[in-house]
Amino acid sequence: MLDAWLLDKLLFATWETIYMVLTSTVLSYLFGLPLGVILVITAKGHIMERIGINRVLGWVINATRSVPFIIFLILLIPLTRLIAGTYIGTVASIVPLTLAAIPFVARMVETSLKEIEWGLIEAALSMGASTWTIISQVLLPEAKPSLILGVAITTINLVGYSAMAGIVGGGGLGTLAYYYGYQRYENSIMWATVIVLIILVQGVQMLGDNLAGKVAKKRR
Amino acid sequence: MIKIKELSKVYLTPSQKITALDNVSLTVEKGEIFGIIGLSGAGKSTLIRCINMLEKPTMGSIVVDGQEITSLAKRELRTARQKIGMIFQHFNLLSSRTVFANVMFPLEIAKVPRPEAARRARELLELVGLADKEGAFPSQLSGGQKQRVGIARALANGPKLLLSDEATSALDPQTTRSILKLLRDINRKFNLTILLITHDMNVIKEICDRVAVIDNSHIVEVGEVLKVFASPSSPTARSFVNTVISREVPAELLHRSQVQNEQTHVKLIRVSFIGPSAGAPVISSMIRQFDIEANILYGNVDRIKDTPFGNLALELIGPPGVLQESMDYLRSRGLEIEVLNNA
Repeated sequence: MLDAWLLDKLLFATWETIYMVLTSTVLSYLFGLPLGVILVITAKGHIMERIGINRVLGWVINATRSVPFIIFLILLIPLTRLIAGTYIGTVASIVPLTLAAIPFVARMVETSLKEIEWGLIEAALSMGASTWTIISQVLLPEAKPSLILGVAITTINLVGYSAMAGIVGGGGLGTLAYYYGYQRYENSIMWATVIVLIILVQGVQMLGDNLAGKVAKKRR
Repeated sequence: MIKIKELSKVYLTPSQKITALDNVSLTVEKGEIFGIIGLSGAGKSTLIRCINMLEKPTMGSIVVDGQEITSLAKRELRTARQKIGMIFQHFNLLSSRTVFANVMFPLEIAKVPRPEAARRARELLELVGLADKEGAFPSQLSGGQKQRVGIARALANGPKLLLSDEATSALDPQTTRSILKLLRDINRKFNLTILLITHDMNVIKEICDRVAVIDNSHIVEVGEVLKVFASPSSPTARSFVNTVISREVPAELLHRSQVQNEQTHVKLIRVSFIGPSAGAPVISSMIRQFDIEANILYGNVDRIKDTPFGNLALELIGPPGVLQESMDYLRSRGLEIEVLNNA
């Protein structure tokens, strides 16, 4: 059933998925992490209160998040073409994956940072800490275990999104499952993809739990 | 060290205006331990936060060591804050940093060169008795140890003023005493001015030189701690003093008749002894000198900071004129007298 040809296809598709997911996770944090921080510190009563910016940012994030990913994917085709030169293939998929994940990451980061007790920020302020010092020395380090879990959740979400991108030619396990499993009725391929996806998701979650646990345990 | 003038703080919520501080003026001298006591919601927390501008006053001025804090630009304010240490009820240590790194934090903020900062941090941990814990994380410490780290951290940049925000309120009585002792030692060693807020009159009694009583956004009484304990003038101050020293005389004694007959009156008085007079046999010499009877209803001797402080409820029985003379005599020997059955 699982012959060499299939195995080869599966391995390659798995690699493509990992590549897409990891790249878009990194890129989405590159933009989403600062946005999440801004979302927190510009809120009312926080260290850089800017209510206008906060509202606009919150609104944009909500608007982006309310569009279902599959529609987002199609809407973004022109932009994807502009950035990647094409809208088909793994590299092109990274554009919509990243753009869809950024607002999600921003909210995840916001949630993690909001858990920090205000007293810690107040203590840093009382020592004369600047906004940047508070971000880099208080907010981010204190929220580290929670932020790591956020990365795991984001990555897992992106595994799912990448499969959707695969259906419109994005490459990876999604493409494999769609073309071979669905259109050619090759059930074994369909099931093999599902099993690989389960392993991927489990692996990411375990890694996240482990890392977060290690950081938290050191402090305990 | 601190001059607060006509300070007001008003919070505006969409539905209402909340006045946390209403025209508060206060002066704290260099080197003293000054306590502000009040119930929760009285405004003491807002007041102490205004001094390092964690709260922005609505009106008024605050001068710390000759510097007007309320009008500083952001950068100047940050520099000024480095010289005002603060400790907190819930310690507020960074869980991501070791004890040592927590004490290093303010030194990093002040950009003290690393070797010097490390030396200073170790010195301070030595001072607060935690030299052996420098590698531990805050969660591995007891409450008292956490507050010691907080104190070391607050002293890191050699502040001229230490603000203490209910620093012992989350600690048990024994730990509270040891932390208060540490604060007093630091106050003496560095001649460091300490401004503390508390709702616990014991804290005032143990270490403060002067006290301000805050009630409903107003300062209702300010004075030497001994004075306030001996003769609190506001009802709020009186009820705080009563939480520590029982000064109340049972009601049935208060309502006993003042006049036994034309010649013999009964006066119920409270006598407060402060300092050396607490040791002198003033009452017995009064009885010997005047022809009256004295009946002790209640008495105790306490210690306020380092001064003995006694409290005595006496029933004096005798002719009205002689009673007056004997009370004058007690006053002339430096005792505070308060007549209780003057109704």
